[in-house]
Amino acid sequence: MSMTSLLAITPYPAISVILLLVLFIAVLYLARPTAHEAIRAIATALHSGLRLGARSVMHAEARLGRRNREVLLAAGRESMERTIEREFERINTTVDRDLSNYPTLHRSLSEAIQRIEQDHQDAVEVPPDPPAWIKAVEAVAKIGANNGFGVGDVLADIHKSLVKAHHEAMEKYHASSRERHRLLKNMISYWRDIQQTIGHVDKHVKSLLDRSIVIDRHMQEYEDIVRGSDRAVAILSSSSLVYFFISAFVLAIAVGGAAINFSLIARPMAEMVGGTDFIGSFRIADIAALVIILVEVSMGLFLMESLRITRLFPVIGALPDKMRVRMIWITFSILLMLASIEAGLAYMREILLQDELATTALLRGDGAQILPGKELWITTAAQMGMGFVLPFALVFVAIPLETFVQSFRTVFGVVIMGLLRSLALAMRIAGNAFKHMGTLAERLYDLPLCLPLWLETRLALRRYTRNESQEYQGGML
Amino acid sequence: MRILLICMTVLLVACGPQEPVARNTGVYMLLDTSGTYREELKKAEQIIYFTLSRLGPMDSFAVARIDTGSFSEKDIIAKTTFEDRPSAANGQKRHFAERIAKFSKTARSSQYTDITGGLLQAIEFLNEKNPGHKTIFIFSDLKEDLREGYIRDIPLRLDGFDVIAINVTKLRSDNIDPRKYLDRLDQWESVITNGGGTWRVINDLDHLDSLLPG
Repeated sequence: MSMTSLLAITPYPAISVILLLVLFIAVLYLARPTAHEAIRAIATALHSGLRLGARSVMHAEARLGRRNREVLLAAGRESMERTIEREFERINTTVDRDLSNYPTLHRSLSEAIQRIEQDHQDAVEVPPDPPAWIKAVEAVAKIGANNGFGVGDVLADIHKSLVKAHHEAMEKYHASSRERHRLLKNMISYWRDIQQTIGHVDKHVKSLLDRSIVIDRHMQEYEDIVRGSDRAVAILSSSSLVYFFISAFVLAIAVGGAAINFSLIARPMAEMVGGTDFIGSFRIADIAALVIILVEVSMGLFLMESLRITRLFPVIGALPDKMRVRMIWITFSILLMLASIEAGLAYMREILLQDELATTALLRGDGAQILPGKELWITTAAQMGMGFVLPFALVFVAIPLETFVQSFRTVFGVVIMGLLRSLALAMRIAGNAFKHMGTLAERLYDLPLCLPLWLETRLALRRYTRNESQEYQGGML
Repeated sequence: MRILLICMTVLLVACGPQEPVARNTGVYMLLDTSGTYREELKKAEQIIYFTLSRLGPMDSFAVARIDTGSFSEKDIIAKTTFEDRPSAANGQKRHFAERIAKFSKTARSSQYTDITGGLLQAIEFLNEKNPGHKTIFIFSDLKEDLREGYIRDIPLRLDGFDVIAINVTKLRSDNIDPRKYLDRLDQWESVITNGGGTWRVINDLDHLDSLLPG
């Protein structure tokens, strides 16, 4: 029914409009309770549904948080175990290296001490024997010089003998003193030896003590992790984020290195596999170059795994030592072979480049033949060097890759948790918004009904007043 | 496991045997050696060298002259399909350039100009090579002058061909009445486009970058 036909229900459009308006308001008024209920039901359903959804999302977020916490603690525990294990290995190495020759050390110390004791005993000053003839000299001295016995001559002879004996005794005494001094001088080197040996022992013991302090600290952290304390989780989470960004940065550098490597071998690869064949929209030569680089990266991963530097493949880490060493040699040999191939390809690239430059110069018509310059060998050698070194450099990609993979789990979990939390918040806001919108819709519904509602209120008030007055009068009576 | 299987299937389907798509280019260049246009051969040589520098492995290139009867293999000065290996292709380019230089020194001018015959020969050559892109260069003033008895009123089948007229010089009569030059260009454009090909004219030889695709 069009607007024109609606306006034509009476001969006067204005009256038709008023009539329709009255009719419309009447319908709205009659349907008001039902409409309000419907609006309220819809708003409540949406509000409840969204709040339920928000609660469910928060539950999921909490579950994910718990899982993240477990993953984080497990990763931290593993990492800490590895650190402690390495510290013990270092201690073991120190003990093996330094304390294994402790018996030798002890023997050398004992020998040095024995030598010192011997020398010390030898160096003891022996007091000279008291001369036996002192009493005879005293007796002779009591005899007067003029008593006629020729004592003066005797005394002169005695004096002479005494001086001689004194000289001899002094010489002997000096000789023995020299010997003592020599022995005491020898003792200095022994003392130095002992001092040095004790110094070494002290250094080793001190390093062991330092290590034990480090281990104590690690053990404390490990206990925190095992207990699952919030502090440990916070530290691990923060570390995980740092590791994630650092490893991503290093991986980006590695990708740059791989790209340079690719450009070094892609052109000469066209000489080997042809430059015009395609798989999909990719040249086979490019794919071959890429495959070589990827194989190098894989070999690097296996090498690092075999060396137990990374632990991406537990199977490799769990291999018997003999097999693991074999694997180290095999992967290293393959890497060496690939690096040699790359160096060769890099050399070939330079030759091709020169050939192409010569052809282009000829076709340009400048008539200049590109002659190899004297310094050309530098670029050739640099390219070959890069071709040889880059595969080995790519080996170390395994370390940041492992860190990236491990930290990515945590970071991904944190991001998803953040998203879930945001979703829950949005759902809660939307739920409340629907609730208020329901109230608003009711009010808006009532807006055209202001007149009948006002009348209804007036009538209700009058009825209420009348009832009140009747009740009051009845009460008075 | 299921996801892995799906991924592998998709990969196999994507990389599986498909209809091989030819990505190479085939170029056939017609050189007008009639009358005074022979003097333009030095420019043609430069264009040939430029084209050689732009072509790669597995591309085909042929240079033929336009003379009295151009629908003949004898008019092909040099032709080659470059080897798959870039170093071999470079060698072929140098050899090709030597042959063109030799021709440029010894070429004689012809009495008549059979452009249509040359086009027919070009179509035949390129169809036989069947490259991904087929391009014909016409290095000429586009003034066809057929010998009596030669029938060249033949519709050309140029589907998938790019025909490029290069260095279309103005004749003395064109200077008197430029409509003749414009009519000549229009006439050739209609011949080429009616045959299903695309038509372009390049007179500015300093901007040859758009000569070949990609």
